[in-house]
Amino acid sequence: MATDLPPPYTALTRHPMMPRASHDEAARFNFLTHFNRYLSGPIGHGNRLAYETRVLPAFRAEHGREPQHRYEIRDAMNRDPWHRAWSTLKRNSMEMRQHNGRQVVLRQLDELDARARALNDASGQLELDPAIRQPDYQTVVDVHCQPGGYHGEERPGDVSAGANYDVGIFATTGGALGGLTDGGGQAVVAWVQQQHPGWRPRRILDVGCTVGHNAVPIAQAFPEAEVVAIDTAAAALRYGAARAAGLGVRNIRFVQADAEDLSRWADAHFDWVQTTMFLHELSAGSMPRILAEAHRVLAPGGLILQVEQPQFTEDMPLFEQFLRDWDTFNNNEPFWSSMHAQDIHDVMERAGWPRERQFVAAVRAVVDRSRFPGSPAGPQEDFGRAAIWNAYGAWKQAQPRDLAGEQTA
Amino acid sequence: MSEQSLDWVALAGRRAKGRRPQFLDDPAVERLYSLVLALAAEVSALRERQDTVERLLDDKGTISRADIEAYAPAGVAAEERGLATRAYVARIMRGFQQEVEAMAAQDPPIMHVVEKVSRA
Ligand SMILES: C[S@@+](CC[C@H](N)C(=O)[O-])C[C@H]1O[C@@H](n2cnc3c(N)ncnc32)[C@H](O)[C@@H]1O
Repeated sequence: MATDLPPPYTALTRHPMMPRASHDEAARFNFLTHFNRYLSGPIGHGNRLAYETRVLPAFRAEHGREPQHRYEIRDAMNRDPWHRAWSTLKRNSMEMRQHNGRQVVLRQLDELDARARALNDASGQLELDPAIRQPDYQTVVDVHCQPGGYHGEERPGDVSAGANYDVGIFATTGGALGGLTDGGGQAVVAWVQQQHPGWRPRRILDVGCTVGHNAVPIAQAFPEAEVVAIDTAAAALRYGAARAAGLGVRNIRFVQADAEDLSRWADAHFDWVQTTMFLHELSAGSMPRILAEAHRVLAPGGLILQVEQPQFTEDMPLFEQFLRDWDTFNNNEPFWSSMHAQDIHDVMERAGWPRERQFVAAVRAVVDRSRFPGSPAGPQEDFGRAAIWNAYGAWKQAQPRDLAGEQTA
Repeated sequence: MSEQSLDWVALAGRRAKGRRPQFLDDPAVERLYSLVLALAAEVSALRERQDTVERLLDDKGTISRADIEAYAPAGVAAEERGLATRAYVARIMRGFQQEVEAMAAQDPPIMHVVEKVSRA
């Protein structure tokens, strides 16, 4: 029974940049961790019950047919008292996570900024470019209710955004991502090492790295490789670079760059381009441009791997699509819905990876199971947040089969 | 302590940009949810603190605030506390949990039962 309990907040690794949570601040995160698991676990099936016992019968009576789109289910469920109550609980829990995280971080921001500055000055692993702006699709709302988004600052040059991201993600992911919140990156590493044991990538690009939770484990697993982790948000990069330096990981650089324009890197520069939980925070216009750039900088024979929650394919029941779509409308993830509804294989094909070279791998967070029992699967899964992902990948052709076609991609 | 130029209490509570959905018909109830949940988190934190004090006293007979702040439960203690928090959440959430059960059970109104047993 006890094995599926989330670990205590204090089990998180206290790397040098990690803001120090007081006893009670940690306890508040513990409450939220349990509360989130409760919302998806013991009372999570309330949404399905409400749907099956009353919402769907009422829909059929009114329309004389089955719902044909997840939005029809959403409209109907938004009138249901259970779903409304459940949603306000969940929204509040997201807001409380932000509030707690910001209290922890802002009260010690002087120390955090000083530590980051010292680490970054000494390491040289941070490279900022003041010409880079946070894209409009990232500033139109504060993504997942994170006040100020990834880029916001309480004062110029601070690390508050990155630090808040790092201290609180434990609560929203139910403590399932491990001591360094790197279960996703470790899963990717495990997949590569198992499937392609002899492969030695030399240059790796992580796109949209935020604080590097999932880029750092890749750098650790391939110490001979040079990892470039890019993001548009300086506030996240400052913290990420200092965090990596504090962890003693030297073969990674945090570079402020917009993935839509990777022109500072030559064609075929990288052996591996990685994105983790990134595509769903873009926009319909930027995603194909970013993927085309990713294709351009990838070397022949190189790997692209994109870790996301599963796409809304035709074989995913509409009700599950509706549940997975909750964050779009209720947690400021505006691109989540339409991104997950796209045919990702088509999108990748248009960016230059022919379908026959694409694959999907199921990956599950790799964590120290003795301290982090992992997230529940199956009916207890917290749709949209479980530590179980699809990796949408492709190997670029070693011998360009149609150079002209590739150049126009 | 460093001199603080930021009013961290005020700043920490900043809202996220983007219109907040209104889940419930009455905005006052919406606010009450926020308030009750925040209190629930505080009670949970107090319970943990109390547990820390008791465990440290068991161990050492006397404790300081620094001991409490440094306390990190491991092994059995971590599990016991996790279980206690799970049970606490279950207590405050009983109304919701039993509503889910009721949706599955679909009991008839009590008057139906009253009439039935008064006849048979
Ligand atoms: C959900 S986070 C990614 C999480 C991260 N990959 C990890 O594994 O922890 C999305 C990130 O993408 C960044 N981003 C959005 N658009 C971008 C762009 N065009 N170029 C580079 N970074 C971008 C955001 O600033 C944000 O930090």
